[in-house]
Amino acid sequence: MIRRTFPILGVLTAVLLSYGLYEALIGAPTEQSMGDVQRIFYYHAPSAWTAFLLFGINFVASVVYLIQRSIKADIIALVTAEVGVVFCTVVLVTGPIWARPVWGIWWTWDIRLTSTLVLWLIYVSYLILRRFSSSGQTPLMAAVLAIFGALDVPLVYFSIRFFRTQHPQPVIGGEGSIDPKMLQVALINWAGFLCFACLVCWSRYRLELLQREVEETEALEALLDSRKAQ
Amino acid sequence: MKFLYAAYAATWIIHISYLALLLRRYIRLRNEIQELNQR
Repeated sequence: MIRRTFPILGVLTAVLLSYGLYEALIGAPTEQSMGDVQRIFYYHAPSAWTAFLLFGINFVASVVYLIQRSIKADIIALVTAEVGVVFCTVVLVTGPIWARPVWGIWWTWDIRLTSTLVLWLIYVSYLILRRFSSSGQTPLMAAVLAIFGALDVPLVYFSIRFFRTQHPQPVIGGEGSIDPKMLQVALINWAGFLCFACLVCWSRYRLELLQREVEETEALEALLDSRKAQ
Repeated sequence: MKFLYAAYAATWIIHISYLALLLRRYIRLRNEIQELNQR
């Protein structure tokens, strides 16, 4: 079943991302005030939604780890944080590229941009902690850090509703008004990025399992060697 | 248009770099497994 699902998901991802790219560059209508540069939205916003979703899964997996000490939950937390950081990096890179021609500046320290940068820094520190700490308590410390990190996600999301910011107000839901075709293109790209994130998380999960198996075997071998030496 | 293409290119450079990193990790791990099997 799993062997069949992976290639199917791969094909679906390729189709959705190719169609999404075509629609983003050619199919979607051109926005009147910003022109073609507004098409960055079709990569910028879906990447942000994907990152938020992955950090949300990371939060749930971290809570499950704290309650049950489940190794599976710990690996899911690690994987979603890593892939979430990749998508958050895309947001932080495409945002300034969009801002430069529209606002005339690459960056401004307003709450939306700053809280997103803080979110990225929190999850980068989470990954650094997981990578370089050799303590047996690392998964526990990482789970606690992830819970603090997740508190920043609603702040990033709602900051444009509660504060006056340079960042545009929401165009989807609430008082926002977006052309239905633009919304459709954004959702196609989001579906493509979600499938892509699933594929990457899946591969990373299996890699982590393999890594842990090798580490366990090496540790066991070292123990046997030391006993033989005695 | 150059900003639009730069943003799209940057997105895929970031994703492909991460995939390359995963592939490198996988190759290193595969070599380690081969070494373990040879012992």
